[in-house]
Amino acid sequence: MMLAAVIAAAVLVAVAALLALVRVERGPSMLDRAVALDTLTVTLVCAIAIEAIWSRRTETIPILVALSMVGFVGSVTMARFAGKEPEDEGRVRTPEEVAAQARAADVPRGEQRDGARAIDAEDDAESAGGDQR
Amino acid sequence: MTHVDAGLWTTVADVVAAVCLLAGAFLTLGAGVGLVRFPSLLARMHTVTKPQVLGLILLLTALALRVRSGSAVAMLVLVVAFQLVTSPVAAHMVGRAGFRTGKVDPEDLRPNEFGEPD
Repeated sequence: MMLAAVIAAAVLVAVAALLALVRVERGPSMLDRAVALDTLTVTLVCAIAIEAIWSRRTETIPILVALSMVGFVGSVTMARFAGKEPEDEGRVRTPEEVAAQARAADVPRGEQRDGARAIDAEDDAESAGGDQR
Repeated sequence: MTHVDAGLWTTVADVVAAVCLLAGAFLTLGAGVGLVRFPSLLARMHTVTKPQVLGLILLLTALALRVRSGSAVAMLVLVVAFQLVTSPVAAHMVGRAGFRTGKVDPEDLRPNEFGEPD
């Protein structure tokens, strides 16, 4: 009976940790992530407690003391340095957006390379190869 | 107390521990679901406090009923005490920072003791 209860509790806590990770990924603001990471700390404490419940161990209890002591430092620090964020900035960007931004940032560098090619015609073949890459 | 009695009390303690364990884990799951589904920062902060206090107390009660040793139970009381002292600090800081950086709708606060945000 204890085994079934421990397995069920472990599954519930693992699902909770996954959902907290989903919120960490989505954001949208730094403070939402701080709150989600707090949840992650609590789920870690719960997981260690569940393991100790199953094995009747007492050696892991000091870990719980330490985690409950320092678990709040992260979110307090993030809250202390939180600033106004633009609405769209806190999101994790998709690979397409990252690629688009990288292309946009590459344009001035490409122009510079064209200028260098005009000055030094001997490097023409090499820079063409670089452009293809 | 006879040997049979001791075995009986162990079983009772284990059953109570299992119930507390499941209840605490359920509250933790509630926090995860609330984090994903709730729409605003304050609502998410509200859902996180469930496993931080009651869920942790239930789980540590289950642990105390399983290990049944004085020094371990003293440390578990210490864990709960630290959690009760530190989690309001974190919630206060996060809530205030959320208000100051415009992530809290002032209409949600009744009464609004902060005044208008900058």
